[in-house]
Amino acid sequence: MAHEYIPIFIFLAVAGAFPIVTLIAAKLVRPESPFKEKLLPYECGIDPVSDARGRYTVRFYIVAILFVLFDVETVFLFPWAVRFRQLGMFGLAEMVVFLALLIVGYIWVWKKGALEWI
Amino acid sequence: MNGGFSEFFNRNDYFLITPAVLLALFGCGILLIDFLHDTRQKFMNALTALVGLSFVAYQLIRIQNQMDAVQMPELAGLNNSLLVDHFAIFFMLVCVAATFISVLISVRYMEIEHENHGEYYALMLFSLLGMYFMITGMDLVTLFIGLETMALSGYVLAGFLRGDKRSNEGAMKYFLLGAFSSGLLAFGFSLLYGISGSTNLQTIAQALGQRSSGDPLASLALLTTVTGLLFKVAAVPFHQWAPDAYEGAPTSITGFLSTGPKAAAFAFLMRILLVGLAPMRDSGWKPMLIAVAIVTMTVGNLAAVTQNNTKRLFAYSSISHVGYILLGLVAGNETGLKGIAVYILVYAFMNLGAFTVLVALRHGNVIGDEIEDLSGLFFRNPGAAVMMLIFLLSLAGIPPMAGFLGKYFIFLSLIETGHTGLAAFAVLYVAVSLYYYMRMTVMMFMREPVEREPLTLSPGIRIALGLTLAGTVIIGLYPEPIIQLATSAILR
Amino acid sequence: MIPISNYLFLSTALMTIGVLGVLTRRNMVIILMSVELILNAVNINLVAFSHYWGTVHGQTFAIFIIADAAAEVAVGLGLLIALFRNKEVVNADQIELLKW
Repeated sequence: MAHEYIPIFIFLAVAGAFPIVTLIAAKLVRPESPFKEKLLPYECGIDPVSDARGRYTVRFYIVAILFVLFDVETVFLFPWAVRFRQLGMFGLAEMVVFLALLIVGYIWVWKKGALEWI
Repeated sequence: MNGGFSEFFNRNDYFLITPAVLLALFGCGILLIDFLHDTRQKFMNALTALVGLSFVAYQLIRIQNQMDAVQMPELAGLNNSLLVDHFAIFFMLVCVAATFISVLISVRYMEIEHENHGEYYALMLFSLLGMYFMITGMDLVTLFIGLETMALSGYVLAGFLRGDKRSNEGAMKYFLLGAFSSGLLAFGFSLLYGISGSTNLQTIAQALGQRSSGDPLASLALLTTVTGLLFKVAAVPFHQWAPDAYEGAPTSITGFLSTGPKAAAFAFLMRILLVGLAPMRDSGWKPMLIAVAIVTMTVGNLAAVTQNNTKRLFAYSSISHVGYILLGLVAGNETGLKGIAVYILVYAFMNLGAFTVLVALRHGNVIGDEIEDLSGLFFRNPGAAVMMLIFLLSLAGIPPMAGFLGKYFIFLSLIETGHTGLAAFAVLYVAVSLYYYMRMTVMMFMREPVEREPLTLSPGIRIALGLTLAGTVIIGLYPEPIIQLATSAILR
Repeated sequence: MIPISNYLFLSTALMTIGVLGVLTRRNMVIILMSVELILNAVNINLVAFSHYWGTVHGQTFAIFIIADAAAEVAVGLGLLIALFRNKEVVNADQIELLKW
């Protein structure tokens, strides 16, 4: 079965060689004359004042985690969609209960103000 | 053979999941109605929770009556993924009682901490919902989901005091080790599924019975599953999360975590070990449990001797109680299993009673978790001090308090099955535990109080003290009904 | 057919990496990622066994574990953010208010 993996090995070899070749070629071709001021991180032309890692608001996290939770809810909707006809009314009732629980959660998040300023 | 999957729920299924439906309904209701209350009406959330818990208890008793009416030892539901028998009803009622008392003591405590949100009570109800499926589950999926529901609610509750660093830290440690152990447990479950091709515990037991005892896959499954289970009950050497989580969490939640989830985790452990892994008892988990029980009692008791923080001391005392309960599983006969049921019921009452007194100490700047905060309690509120003495004596296992009953049955079962060495060991540690319980008593009765003002108790705390005291004293003096209840609750 | 032992070796390898990650790393976000790795190793195990036995229970369990992993991440990161707000570090060995 090893011959089925040959395209993958070729791909790996090209992917590995590509950055190595380009970086070495660039290093051989470019002029090199570093001095201290040139190597500082760029901060609008002035001397760097603080650490490069800035702070960012926690609202990004909240949006991301709400997305993950409702996405997993969608994952549970897929099997129902596949077997919609066989599950009939019972399946509909079950999924309505499931969605109702998640809607309660959504209303709670909304009222708590976690969706503000987005 | 596709496993006999029946398309829809029948009436029996609806009947069996009614407690869970009620809990979900009341929990979601609390979440939504919380927005209609203003700050002074927040205690209505607790009231709603108590009403919901009463409905759930009533429904559980209805299920038990139905079981007795049709003369069946158990009722299976949801295509054999739930199994409600007397064992399950007993443990579930213990958990409901633990949650009830925890809600009672939480109201004033959370008001003082200014974190009196509705989701606190909703989370406790959701935790109880998880416990229901842990206790009645007969299928690996149901058991795991129940465990995770209970655990996730527990993590959030432990970290509920958002501004308190110790609460954050305790919850984080609880979460990391809890998530890790859930992963290990899930790995063990996946191996059990791989051995048998089905997720039902009874089918797994059959498949394990047909394997030879040295089978590598079965041994790995046993090892990972039992490790995951022992994490959940905080047995040594998997107890690291318990002292930190108990110390950091709000005191009412520490009371809840040390009784409700512990009882549910024990029911979960017994269900898996006695039904699913039954064929691997003598060569598999029994020697492991003997070693774990010995180490647990040792570490629990010896570490508690050095503690100055009452919540941490109670965490180590909980760990030592876990050691005694595991001995009941080691014995494994009827007396042992009966003893475990009695022990857990009594332990829930006396531990919650002790925590109620600790919660009552909270006012102003005093949190009530240093041993010095107990000093002179007798002069500030003699009733509370005497009740605390009763709870501490019960925890140590002194007759005629209820705590003696649980220890009596477990030690009796050890002697009946020939483990007299273990029994002697355990009695030795009971003597050690007397030291740290009496240390608190000395603080209460024989030291001058730091604050002179008398201690007032809120109505919720009074009711909780009454319930737990009644449980401890009445069961101690008149144990017959409880013994009969526990005998019927033995897992077969 | 691919023998099932291949899948089991893969999942055991992932599981080992995850367990070592939880036990040895100090940065709490990395510990969370290792827990996720453990749960995904369990998923591979379940799906492999489901394929081997021909039943569907393993795949159902795997979907539930995916949902549970998502919920755990939500709770864990929330706790981490609460901790971070008060303390400004994410190193596990700098969290030492609760000792012995």
